Amino acid sequence: MKPIFTVSEVTTIIKSLFDSNEILRQVYIRGEISNFKHHVSGHMYFTLKDEKSQIRCVMFRDANRLLPFTPENGMRVIVLGFISVFAKNGEYQLYAEDLQPDGIGALHIAFEKLKAKLDKEGLFGAERKRPIPFLPKKIGIVTSPTGAAIRDLLTVIKRRFPNVDIVIAPTLVQGTGAADEICAAIDELNKLGDIDVIIVGRGGGSIEELWAFNEEKVARAIASSGIPVISAVGHETDYTISDFVADKRAPTPSAAGEMAVPSKAVLKNEIRHLNLRLLNAMARYIGTERQKLEYLSKLPVFKRPQTYIINNRLALDEIIKKLLREMDIYLSEKRALLNTYTEKLEVLSPISILKRGYSICMDADSKRIIKSAKDAKEGDMVVILLSEGSLVCNVKECKEGNENT
Amino acid sequence: MNTEYKYEDAIARLEYIAGQLEKGDLTLEEALSFFEEGIKLIKICSKILDEAEGKVQVLTKDLNGDFVIKDFDGGLEAGE
Repeated sequence: MKPIFTVSEVTTIIKSLFDSNEILRQVYIRGEISNFKHHVSGHMYFTLKDEKSQIRCVMFRDANRLLPFTPENGMRVIVLGFISVFAKNGEYQLYAEDLQPDGIGALHIAFEKLKAKLDKEGLFGAERKRPIPFLPKKIGIVTSPTGAAIRDLLTVIKRRFPNVDIVIAPTLVQGTGAADEICAAIDELNKLGDIDVIIVGRGGGSIEELWAFNEEKVARAIASSGIPVISAVGHETDYTISDFVADKRAPTPSAAGEMAVPSKAVLKNEIRHLNLRLLNAMARYIGTERQKLEYLSKLPVFKRPQTYIINNRLALDEIIKKLLREMDIYLSEKRALLNTYTEKLEVLSPISILKRGYSICMDADSKRIIKSAKDAKEGDMVVILLSEGSLVCNVKECKEGNENT
Repeated sequence: MNTEYKYEDAIARLEYIAGQLEKGDLTLEEALSFFEEGIKLIKICSKILDEAEGKVQVLTKDLNGDFVIKDFDGGLEAGE
């Protein structure tokens, strides 16, 4: 006669089989998540499946609370846990203790999804990017206080510009809790009120190690920071969501240091150069003015003013001479003309007529010229003017008419 | 001396002043006043650059969980 067991007794036996199995007590299982539910209690329920089989899974709140990402349907994961029987419904299930994205593929999908979502919200827009202050007085740095990044940052900043103040907000930069600490640090630096620029970052690492900087909350903390943020995560080739949402992406922490502060040596050089330009320009200006002054002071008008008087006098003399000469010419012309008239007059003169043998008869008393015989009578005394001398005559007879006998 | 000057503003003004002086078409009075201002700006800029060494501080949580600022002791061992 075989013993008869209760359901509970058999279930306990089955459960002990599971629990005593070396493999099932702690096992890594690779599979794809489906039927994912995040219960209000905080526990996660889902099914892990591959092409042929599936296992029901539960991840209790305490275990899933620190997950650096939110599981989703279709996500390929590796689950660490144990398999046991849930006596109440007689089903076996996987009790998940840790969950990792399986390979880069899953993380890449999560990255692209979040990137697309935030991009759609406009968080990456160029118009959101604020300029990094040229010469910050105080720089906030969110990173691990013991990492390579802080060492590089301090070295670069101190070398380029020793007199800038730095406040380090130390955080974890990978693993559980890193994202929350980074968010709190950004918030805290904002509250200080005198930080001019914040650098958020860490040194290089695997995609899992950089993952905190791909978390949505970190992206949102950077986006809502009142202070411009430079993101400096990993190496040149590592791009994280933080890089896209930050006001400026630095390819490395050292580069972030260079973006945050100008090189003092370069600035000093610039000032030296400007100082020289100023001095040269002023010296040139004064030199030019002095030259002008010298040129003016050497002008003959200032140097030998008497020359001008002499020159003017000479010119005046010249004019007077010319005037006199002109006057002479004028007068001699007039004189010549006068001579011409004089000669003409002489031709017409009565004296020249007398020379040709004519004579003039005048009344001796009245000196009137007698042109007609009627003007005289017998006995009158007349004077006859000859070419040489004159004759005083008595008129014997007056004959009228032209009888020259 | 006005230390509230922003460095980049002071440098920009200096550039302008140097340019004006170099052009040389100023009155003597203008040239002198520009020169004086330029020299003053150079002193300001140099002073901004030469201010005392900057401090490195670190935010830490006190027993109440509040953030306080302390001087950074260097703690620069390698490894993250």
